[in-house]
Amino acid sequence: MTHQADAPPAGATVVIVGGGVTGLSAGWWLARQGVGVMVLERRLVGWEASGRNGGGCSHHHSPLFAEEQRLWPLMDDMLGYPTEFQPDRIRIALDEHQFKLYRRALENGERQGFRSDVLDAAQVRDLVPLAGDGIFGGYFYHFGGHANPHRTVQAYAWAIGDLGGRVMQHTTVTGFETRGGHVTGVQTDRGLFGCDHLVIAAGPQTARFAAMLGTEIPMVPARAEMIVTEPLPLMPLGGVDGNGLYGRQTLRGNLAYGGGPHEWVDLDDLEACRPQATPLLRSLSHRVTRLFPRAAHARVIRSWAGYIENTPDGRPVIDRLPTAENVIAATLSSVGFGLSPASGHAIQEMVTEGTCRFADLSSLSLSRFAGLEPDWRDIQGWRKLEVLGATLPAT
Amino acid sequence: MNSMAQDRASVAGKALTVAEKTSLLVIGAGPAGLAAAIEAARRGIAVTLVDENPVPFETMGEEIPLHFGQRMGGIVRNRTAMTEAVLEQSPDIAAAFEAGVDVRLGTVAWGLYVPQPTAAWMPGPLCGLADPERSWLIGFDHCIVAAGRRDMGLAFPGWERPGVMGATAAQRLASHGALDARTAVILGSSAEALLAASALLDAGIDVAAIVERAGTMAGPADLANAMTSAGVPILTGHVVAAADGGLDGVEAVRIVAVDAEGRHLAGTERTIACDTVVLGIAAIPAIELLEAAGCRVGFDGDRGGHVPLTGEGYRCSLPVIQAIGDCAGVWPSKSMNPEIARAEALIAVGALAGSTTSELPSPPAPDAAATDIAALRCGWVRASVVEAEGEPHVCQCEEVTAREILEVKPPRYLNWTAPANRPTDLVALLGEGPPSADQIKRLTRAGMGPCQGRRCREQVAALLALGSGVPLETMPLATFRAPVRPLPLSLLAESAEDPEITAHWDSWFGMAAQWVPYWRVQSGYTAASRDLHSPVASE
Repeated sequence: MTHQADAPPAGATVVIVGGGVTGLSAGWWLARQGVGVMVLERRLVGWEASGRNGGGCSHHHSPLFAEEQRLWPLMDDMLGYPTEFQPDRIRIALDEHQFKLYRRALENGERQGFRSDVLDAAQVRDLVPLAGDGIFGGYFYHFGGHANPHRTVQAYAWAIGDLGGRVMQHTTVTGFETRGGHVTGVQTDRGLFGCDHLVIAAGPQTARFAAMLGTEIPMVPARAEMIVTEPLPLMPLGGVDGNGLYGRQTLRGNLAYGGGPHEWVDLDDLEACRPQATPLLRSLSHRVTRLFPRAAHARVIRSWAGYIENTPDGRPVIDRLPTAENVIAATLSSVGFGLSPASGHAIQEMVTEGTCRFADLSSLSLSRFAGLEPDWRDIQGWRKLEVLGATLPAT
Repeated sequence: MNSMAQDRASVAGKALTVAEKTSLLVIGAGPAGLAAAIEAARRGIAVTLVDENPVPFETMGEEIPLHFGQRMGGIVRNRTAMTEAVLEQSPDIAAAFEAGVDVRLGTVAWGLYVPQPTAAWMPGPLCGLADPERSWLIGFDHCIVAAGRRDMGLAFPGWERPGVMGATAAQRLASHGALDARTAVILGSSAEALLAASALLDAGIDVAAIVERAGTMAGPADLANAMTSAGVPILTGHVVAAADGGLDGVEAVRIVAVDAEGRHLAGTERTIACDTVVLGIAAIPAIELLEAAGCRVGFDGDRGGHVPLTGEGYRCSLPVIQAIGDCAGVWPSKSMNPEIARAEALIAVGALAGSTTSELPSPPAPDAAATDIAALRCGWVRASVVEAEGEPHVCQCEEVTAREILEVKPPRYLNWTAPANRPTDLVALLGEGPPSADQIKRLTRAGMGPCQGRRCREQVAALLALGSGVPLETMPLATFRAPVRPLPLSLLAESAEDPEITAHWDSWFGMAAQWVPYWRVQSGYTAASRDLHSPVASE
């Protein structure tokens, strides 16, 4: 990225809107193929959901799972920067209900050639020094794992620069230039950037940009929360969660966990309201204390919230826009971080090869929503709540 | 017609457990908070006043809420004696009790929460409180934050030693008879540094020197003259080179003359014996509760840096919150005269009670700043931190040096070696635009530790300003997060959670369709036919 301070070029073969993990990974894969790329990010790379998640890399339900599992152990070397990836995961069930739920990962993994062990309470305590009483059982999944979202996001950005691509932060996309069903340029507050291909991977804003090009992608943003404790001595395996929580012990030793009820919000409110954590942190603290009784003394030093978008069925959309054939839109529907090495690779192949060759992405196509009800948001109860009992922020 | 369904995994229909409710919550029992509470009670408003002091000894030992530098005297271990000392120091606390204020000492406010369009599930404005035994939520109609100030940290070799402490911390301990020090050297000559020096002298502690990097004293002339009259040596054009010592902490400081660029001048180093080093570079408005709540803040050089943006009656951008006292702005005459903070309190409560602007005194104006505080802070950081002989940890919790911050180095536990051609300047590493302290925190871990950045955040901001050429006053402020004090999981844990929250807390978003393995996905999706019954687990 030594050329960052130079004047921006007039465009790139591929312009990517959105500097989150999906867009950055796509940019990195394209740059690895020698394709000229430019990633446009209105704030800082990874500033939204890509930098605020649990870091999990274990998406056994996804058509991208095999590629996710293949790539993560290679990522530090391929990127040239550390991601803090650590393999494997233990999930602790505190009751029979959780134990049954968590079995599905075993079944999905098994079908795809990955092994898991079923653990009893004593085995969980042997493997997880912070665990204690009240364990029903657990699973040791010999796949998946976790990485550090902040470090991974920046690793993609630095690696793009190293390969001659360009990441432009503080650049807001305002519109598109089209000709004959093709997007030919991206309008921004820093000028027009020409392109042969466009990738829209802008999180909750993806729908807004697709709509500018005549395609509706159904999605709604929501707010979710996490907490983090001070560092504790490292457990042999940091990828431990369960009890309704997702998260990990970081390589520094912090316990970083999220979960619990989400809050549906309106896209129009995101601009004025930064994602606020709420006293849900008390419920999260309670859950972490029950998951790790021997960490009950650990002090919580932060909580935070983030906005993530979901499609009506919660599954990603990685597809070409029917209204603009050189445009690919990608939303990972609230589960994008861990899949990013694979989703970026898929997008790269869609651009350079015309289709993703390593996985069948038909289940992620936009056409599955052709029959979606116009009032689907109401039917699913995905409406924002009205503010009660307080005056709104002055604007 | 569809009646609106409810997403049972969302916050809809779920309640937070709110233990109590007050009309006016006042946070901070300093001069501003006490005056506000008493005035509100006088006007018939139900007031709850909380203050975290006296803070337990162990907590003070972790530099919370101030940088106490392990110089707490034995009395601090005795909570009853400390409570008496607090009461003796502040007769207004007794007056507040008498006025009918519900006074809660030893009670920390760790989070302020105001419903907003994207955080609307809260039943109203809330504050998280905790004492050493438990935590709970209190609801309020209005909140006046009078959270005071803290001290800017400054790294130099040895600054992690016991005995290096903040000026506000030193002044507070000295005034409670709880400062365990014999000889102190003061770094910086802000009004608050000079007031601390004066409090130390009053407590019978020797002040061996006041060290000021600039050529002239920063604080008011009368305070500076009082120090000269008291025989305290004043060393302008000097900074600290190192604090030396042993197991019990500081035994001496080495100071050195500097040129205008902050470079240490060879042959000018000298040693001063002392057991305490007082950081008096800058007093920082304690805005963490306000900023974490979402109140807008901005840099105001006349008010000590980042302060909440307030309107009439000191209302913040979240208007149920008002900010007064040092957390709304620190300036010399305010530090010297508590009547200014009290005047702010009367205005705030008057505005709450419906008085019009013409009925209220005009808000006290800050002093015209005698010094450019951005230049002052950057000057100290350049001379003390950047020019340091060793590589002191700017972030003590995470052990991050200035060079590691400016080169955006991954933390040392990753054992990552940068390629030889890796750029070393901030613009090349982070792109155009002002560097973000939050981004630096995420990548280097500076400011990410248990002290929650209390000791390093102003230094990191100054370093980034120096490294990028972006003026300090326009640098984006690193965000604050609740809990604004580190509190144990077991203390924060909700023991009376709404059963509706418990019942539907299975997994991420609780959507069956999201986790259907791809080999079983049906083509075509409609909301009406969605699966509401299958068990749901994420990853």
